[in-house]
Amino acid sequence: MIRVLLPAHLRTLAQVQGEVTVQARAPATLAGVLDALESRYPMLRGTIRDGLTQARRPLIRIFACERDLSHDSMQQPLPQEVVDGREPLLIVGAIAGG
Amino acid sequence: MKGIRLLIGTRKGAFVLTSDASRERWDVSGPHFAGWEIYHLKGSPADPDRLYASQSSGWFGQTMQRSDDGGRSWETVNNEFVYEGTPGTHQWYDGTPHPWEFKRVWHLEPSPEDPGVVYAGVEDAALFRTGDGGRTWKELPGLREVKGNLWQPGAGGMCLHTIVLDPARPGRMYVAISAGGAFRSDDGGSTWRPINRGLHSLYQLPDPDAEVGHCVHRLAMHPSRPDVLFMQKHWDVMRSDDGGDSWREVSGNLPSDFGFVIDVHAHEPDTVYVVPIKSDSEHYPPEGKLRVYRSRSGGGEWEALTQGLPQRDCYVNVLRDAMAVDRFDPCGVYFGTTGGQVYGSADAGDSWTAIVRDLPAVLSVEVQMLP
Repeated sequence: MIRVLLPAHLRTLAQVQGEVTVQARAPATLAGVLDALESRYPMLRGTIRDGLTQARRPLIRIFACERDLSHDSMQQPLPQEVVDGREPLLIVGAIAGG
Repeated sequence: MKGIRLLIGTRKGAFVLTSDASRERWDVSGPHFAGWEIYHLKGSPADPDRLYASQSSGWFGQTMQRSDDGGRSWETVNNEFVYEGTPGTHQWYDGTPHPWEFKRVWHLEPSPEDPGVVYAGVEDAALFRTGDGGRTWKELPGLREVKGNLWQPGAGGMCLHTIVLDPARPGRMYVAISAGGAFRSDDGGSTWRPINRGLHSLYQLPDPDAEVGHCVHRLAMHPSRPDVLFMQKHWDVMRSDDGGDSWREVSGNLPSDFGFVIDVHAHEPDTVYVVPIKSDSEHYPPEGKLRVYRSRSGGGEWEALTQGLPQRDCYVNVLRDAMAVDRFDPCGVYFGTTGGQVYGSADAGDSWTAIVRDLPAVLSVEVQMLP
């Protein structure tokens, strides 16, 4: 299971607390995790990636294993530590203030 | 009607203010959707328990919410607003073509008859409709065919912010766009015509009398006299007596004819309210005095309403969706400011009190009458 930590506003929207876990088809990719996440929590559709283009929203960042995966291809395999659940995938709102 | 609910959209959430018919004491609940921009929320005239809210965020985009229990609980509904066909381009600030891109929902207008039907005005400017309570949204693309390539954004973005449904003529509806102008449909939104004859936008448009492109800030109508429309344009307060076919200026003795809001008394079709703002670059009241101006003659002659409003050092703005009236007698008038105050008058504007003083910047104010 892949552990995902959502930003606080999206945890409220999805009515979850703490981390959520999803099962993504192997090889696990960011696109696969987001597919699984949006399937389980449909209210998150369009909030992390654009509903039409599927591109990451500009002020969303993706971190894992102390690395910034935001600009990697969504089809790239995720780090093994994320795949086997040792590390969470962090979905983060960019530092944008307001 | 036994009570009243004010639905307040702010930069950081929604607030619901509730009172009985006396409108003396208000219960304040919120923030709902804390931290999100709530551009607008509105109740269905056909079912007071059915509310719709536009929830958006710079980080997370647009989300739509619906309540079936008067706001006690909310359900996320569909947030996909897809333009019909190839959307093409509109004008950018510098006059170059810019592709149409959905950004947010500015205004929701539920049908007076069917709680499942809602019109949504969005940025980049277009009109959408749901017939199933928000589960699907479909654009009415005929509007953008009215020279949409010549529309351009104002400072707040290129937004469709006003939707007025004619209660007397089924199928007739009006919308206003910054900066596209005012438009009318007589067939339920399939086809549209620009209704901007008489508007004059010197220093804003290369042709001040252009067919489209005017920065209309708000339209208002009294339901008993639907052919009479009032408009707060970027500059100029305007009136039409023929359903928008022609307009004449009724700014009269206002200290500034720039502003955003305009509304009509619930029982007096010729009593109109505006809040003058100093200019398009100085978005605050002239002389630091927050004054609502009331005309009892359908425009032209205006009186300042000041009792209870700050008359010095006041530099807030009142945004275009942030004024509403109730249907009690005497008529109540309400408006919210970018400083977070919501002012109310239970005597048609003669005197005002701050119902709340310290909310986030207010984006919208709606009245819901409770049976």
